[in-house]
Amino acid sequence: MTLFFAILFYFAAAVFVGGLAYKIVDFARTPSPLSIPTTPAPTSAPGVAFRMFREVVFFESLFKGNLWIWAMGAAFHFGLALVLFRHLRYFTEPVPFVVAVSQPFGIYAGFMMAAGLAGLWARRLLVERIRYISTVSDHLMLVLLLVIAATGLGMKFLFHTDVVGVKAFFLGLMSFDIQPLPAHPGLYIHLGAVALLLIVFPYSKLLHAPGIFFSPTRNMADDPRETRHLASWAAQLEKN
Amino acid sequence: MAGPELKAPALREYPTAPALQPDAMAGLKCYVANEKIQEPLGFPGKLADNWQDTHDRVIGRMGELLKKYCSFKVFMDACVHCGACADKCHYFLGSGDPKNMPVARQDLMRSVYRRYFTPTGKMFPSLVGARDLTPEVLDEWYSYYWQCSECRRCSVFCPYGIDTAEITMVGRELLNYAGYGQKYLNEIIGKVHRVGNNLGLPGPALRDTLDGLEEDVKEDTGVDVKYPLDEKGAEVLLITPSADFFAEPHIDSTIGYGKVFHAAGISWTFSSLASEAGNFGMFIGNYDQLRKIALRIREAALDLGVKRIVVGECGHAWRVAYAFWNTLTGVGAGGKDPFAIELQKQLDPRFKQPSHICEVTWDLIQQGRLKFDKSANDHRVITFHDSCNVARASRMGDYPGGQFDIPRNIVRAVANKFHDMAEDTIGEKTFCCGGGGGVLTDELMDIRVKGALPRMEALQRVVDDHGVNFMATICAICKAQFTKVLPYYGFKSGMVGGVHQLVSTAIKLGNEQ
Repeated sequence: MTLFFAILFYFAAAVFVGGLAYKIVDFARTPSPLSIPTTPAPTSAPGVAFRMFREVVFFESLFKGNLWIWAMGAAFHFGLALVLFRHLRYFTEPVPFVVAVSQPFGIYAGFMMAAGLAGLWARRLLVERIRYISTVSDHLMLVLLLVIAATGLGMKFLFHTDVVGVKAFFLGLMSFDIQPLPAHPGLYIHLGAVALLLIVFPYSKLLHAPGIFFSPTRNMADDPRETRHLASWAAQLEKN
Repeated sequence: MAGPELKAPALREYPTAPALQPDAMAGLKCYVANEKIQEPLGFPGKLADNWQDTHDRVIGRMGELLKKYCSFKVFMDACVHCGACADKCHYFLGSGDPKNMPVARQDLMRSVYRRYFTPTGKMFPSLVGARDLTPEVLDEWYSYYWQCSECRRCSVFCPYGIDTAEITMVGRELLNYAGYGQKYLNEIIGKVHRVGNNLGLPGPALRDTLDGLEEDVKEDTGVDVKYPLDEKGAEVLLITPSADFFAEPHIDSTIGYGKVFHAAGISWTFSSLASEAGNFGMFIGNYDQLRKIALRIREAALDLGVKRIVVGECGHAWRVAYAFWNTLTGVGAGGKDPFAIELQKQLDPRFKQPSHICEVTWDLIQQGRLKFDKSANDHRVITFHDSCNVARASRMGDYPGGQFDIPRNIVRAVANKFHDMAEDTIGEKTFCCGGGGGVLTDELMDIRVKGALPRMEALQRVVDDHGVNFMATICAICKAQFTKVLPYYGFKSGMVGGVHQLVSTAIKLGNEQ
């Protein structure tokens, strides 16, 4: 199993990094021929950066749109962020002070994340219009994340695993010196699900994460009277 | 119009998202453009006899657009189906048809995108909701992409800023490429190219109309207010939607524009070459048409030698002018290429180019150059309807949100009684009139009436609470749509009018006692 997971994680990491890099470059290279910020919009680059910050950190537009989705989405995303931060202890030696300090908060965050996911899924199942727009993959994505959260919390509280061994495995992966992965079904499910998440990331709706930064209605400044926007393909038209 | 009589949905006291009524609007289909309309615009005259040809044409064009428009590409990939937009579209709220939810409208396109352009959609189509492009899909696009007014309300609430208007534009572009164009818009675009405006009014007819206006104003006020056409050397070129030349209530605002320039002593002119502010090229999402129509304004400005370009009361026209003209035609500032510099050195840099007529009027009011008798508007209790393209796709003045304040400032400066509608139905959250974006045609009356529901509910509340009897707006389409639709909801069609209609009523032309 050690070898299987070692290969799986190398593969997953390669797909994740390669696929995401490809998509990001692709987004970045595709022009916006016309100025289309959703107004009122900031008129300068620092203003746009601040708007983007509010969108990424506070989900400002979603807050305006629907408080339920916002609350559950925020619980999930902030929970996930803290949990990920807490997991840095498996990849660092010595463990940085802030990561060490975050450990107890990361536990609460795990519950927050799971609660947010459960709420979002309940919405998908119970609200008629959200049920209508949900595809099979929308449900499966939530199941996948819930499995990750549940097995993670399970290993913390119910069926412990050898976390020292897990850490040795990942430190080993990072230095291409493969160490044995503790045999533990919960751990296998947890890691398998994480690898799957990494693999589907660049080809699924998880692209919303990089996508927001390239969304023209949010990343363009409202300055079309002062600045002449011209895509290179549009400039060609003026040569005729 | 033939068929059963249309009935408006009932106004609700506590508007909430409606129960789904699948396929409630599926049968709605506007008239298809024929070959004579399609071909002059460079689109195929009709659908190919062989489906495979149509299929390849559409998918091929889709691939090109994915390279040309970042919006399209990102919006196809980024949606997570969260549903924040689902209850934000006036057409969904009015019809209950789930395919009129913005996310579902996007998914009509996204499902095809996934099938042809993503690995997951190629391998596991049913898992990710991907589907082949079939004649049925194309018909579905035709029905539902003509039930979107490109108002951008959904984009305000989307956590990724996904703007369904951009998807609708792509949908219409692909339909045009398939030879499946809409008669209403494409016929009008042809008229602009041939005659110069959407209504097909030639120069002499315009002059005739303007002569009539001069007589009317003289009779009414005793003052010789001029409505000039093609006057070389005028300071201002006024570009206004052609409905302003003859439609009711539009023409009352046109009278107002002339009075403002007269009272301020600014020389100005209309142009017969560029007698249309509207640009329906935007509605069909076609850059070439958008550009070609806009270039008429550049040509007229260079020819007449004007120093300022001002745009009349029109929503999408102001979007095109404010946000796109600098790109398309060089009307603006900051151009560094010869094409832009040629025009930009002619324009007066002390003024924003282009300016909205409301910016001009408000500036003059602030400078004390216009005087009003506010009591002349005392028979009116006024509210203001923010038009979508002004609200969510452009700006007025120097700060974000000026597009909300400036028209209201003008109304308050010329009238005593003003009340806003509910907060969540104005400003950036304004509801579309129901007729924008290329659906202002009689055969779509069913969805136009249903789409007006949220605005009518908000209007009813201020009518009940404050006795409002006049809804001011600054959009030719809003004016035309409300004139037709208000009676379905038990309001008088004369309730709607322009901001400059109010200005016209109250302005002092200098001959008063």
